[in-house]
Amino acid sequence: MLKIRETIYKYLFTIFAFASLIFLAGIIIVLLKESLPVFAEVGPFKFLFNKFWYPTYEPPEFGILSLVVASVIITLGAMCVCVPVGLGSALYLHEIASPTQRAILKPVIEILAGIPSIVYGFFGMVIVAPFLQDLLGIPTGLCAFTASLVLGIMATPTVCSIAEDALSFVPRSFREASLALGANRWQTLTRVTMPAAGSGISTAVVLGMSRAVGETMTVLMVAGGAAVIPKSFFDPVRPMTATIAAEMGEAVMGSPHFHALFAIGLILFLITLIFNIVTEIASRRFRIKLGLGR
Amino acid sequence: MDIANTGKVNALGADKKRYTDLQQALGFGLLFASILFCLFFLGSIIFFIAERGLAVISWEFLTEVPRRAMTKGGVAPAIVGTIYLTVGAIAFALPLGLACAIYLCEYGPRSIVVNIIRLSINNLAGVPSIVFGLFGFAFFVKVCGFGVSILSGALTLGIMALPGIISASQEAILAVPQSYKEASLALGATQWQTIKKVVIPSAMPGILTGVILGIGRVAGETAPILFTAATFYTRGYPDSIFSEVMALPYHIYALMTEGTHPEVQTQIAYGCSLILLCLVLGISAFAIILRQRSNYGS
Repeated sequence: MLKIRETIYKYLFTIFAFASLIFLAGIIIVLLKESLPVFAEVGPFKFLFNKFWYPTYEPPEFGILSLVVASVIITLGAMCVCVPVGLGSALYLHEIASPTQRAILKPVIEILAGIPSIVYGFFGMVIVAPFLQDLLGIPTGLCAFTASLVLGIMATPTVCSIAEDALSFVPRSFREASLALGANRWQTLTRVTMPAAGSGISTAVVLGMSRAVGETMTVLMVAGGAAVIPKSFFDPVRPMTATIAAEMGEAVMGSPHFHALFAIGLILFLITLIFNIVTEIASRRFRIKLGLGR
Repeated sequence: MDIANTGKVNALGADKKRYTDLQQALGFGLLFASILFCLFFLGSIIFFIAERGLAVISWEFLTEVPRRAMTKGGVAPAIVGTIYLTVGAIAFALPLGLACAIYLCEYGPRSIVVNIIRLSINNLAGVPSIVFGLFGFAFFVKVCGFGVSILSGALTLGIMALPGIISASQEAILAVPQSYKEASLALGATQWQTIKKVVIPSAMPGILTGVILGIGRVAGETAPILFTAATFYTRGYPDSIFSEVMALPYHIYALMTEGTHPEVQTQIAYGCSLILLCLVLGISAFAIILRQRSNYGS
């Protein structure tokens, strides 16, 4: 009797364990099924490389090049903010901060990582955009530059936390050996600790990037929303995520527009999938390098 | 950096030392500047929203339904809606996530199956929130026929919270000392009895922390509920799990992009943002403090 119950529990847990796999598969199936019609109609090449996104015109044009360019520009801009600031903060916490400072700052940064994206979007819209508009004398504050800045700040705590974790995995003996050889703390930090934590840090960077690409509400509110290829960093743009969020409500169910939005979702999914695989490989390499096993 | 030069003249060594000291001071200054910048920006977000939000928040704002095209009354239905969605999402994700973590730590053979599950959890964690929204819309709203409802929204949010809950539970379970389990098994308890009576109770604080952090994240999410649950205005409170709801994060977005009284709506959005910030940051601060306490204890 007891034995039967044990077996039942074991199989029950096995079934539950597959939930994530099932959901992931479900997402892939739904995205593929809903986006295939538009690939069949427009053609995958034209869909990706046509720069005209006029989904409601007659006849409609479905080219997502301008949306992809917008996503890429904003993501790169955000990386320019969150990598130096996040990494710098992580190094500060690791090397300079006193134990008391660390005990306060680490949880504070972790808590700040939880500020919802809608709050960043709102803050960017009502405070940062008007401020930058006045400061730089640009026609509108709602542009790629502002979106990059806000998104970069948003990803900073994430990059900082993960990078700090990676740094703390570097064995003490590495640092001590370097100091004993007469290197000062800065040399030790930049030439011993950072290279040793290198692939762990790159995990932090890629995860920050993945977060920036997939972020929706902030860019929806701050980036300006013009679906054209921007001429400068200060033009309004419309990234992929914002396009889905803004247009799904008005797209007629089952229309080419509807399917095109799912196709954008599919492309986003594939991008983050690639980022995930890269982090997976990087973190495995990191653990092996420092002899932590898998 | 030339090795031949290092021992040559003492003065040269002193120069070099001065140079490296300067380099270190500059470098440390940069690091300090970066954390200052980070804290300044994040602090200013909280400051601006707290300052302008407090001016709007009153007892009426927290407890009344909106009136006169959003210009009067409060946002109580949005607060209630957010609570419903969050509770629903966690009620769905917690049992599933805990069961998955137990399987991975206790039952799962070290095999390709466990690796595949682990990979899929990692990938699910990286899926953009808007893609969850698309999935929820196509699957729960349309295929399952739940419509735009609390149920669809909570399930979508639940799937999104799942990876976080699994990894937090897994970490907590792995932290339970092997000797506890061995002692229990040696006393003749079966594997399930050991899990139920020994492993889960000892891992509970860690699991709870993970769950509370998950609640904080879920409560602030907007993109997954855009097309699955949220609406700008309901007459009163939702009456079943199949009704549309107002939710705080979506309400902020809608206030800024829809409606006819932008001035007043921006003020209300400040109020909503402050409530949301307090809710989310309060919840995660609670979890993090809880975790630090238990870490000091052990």
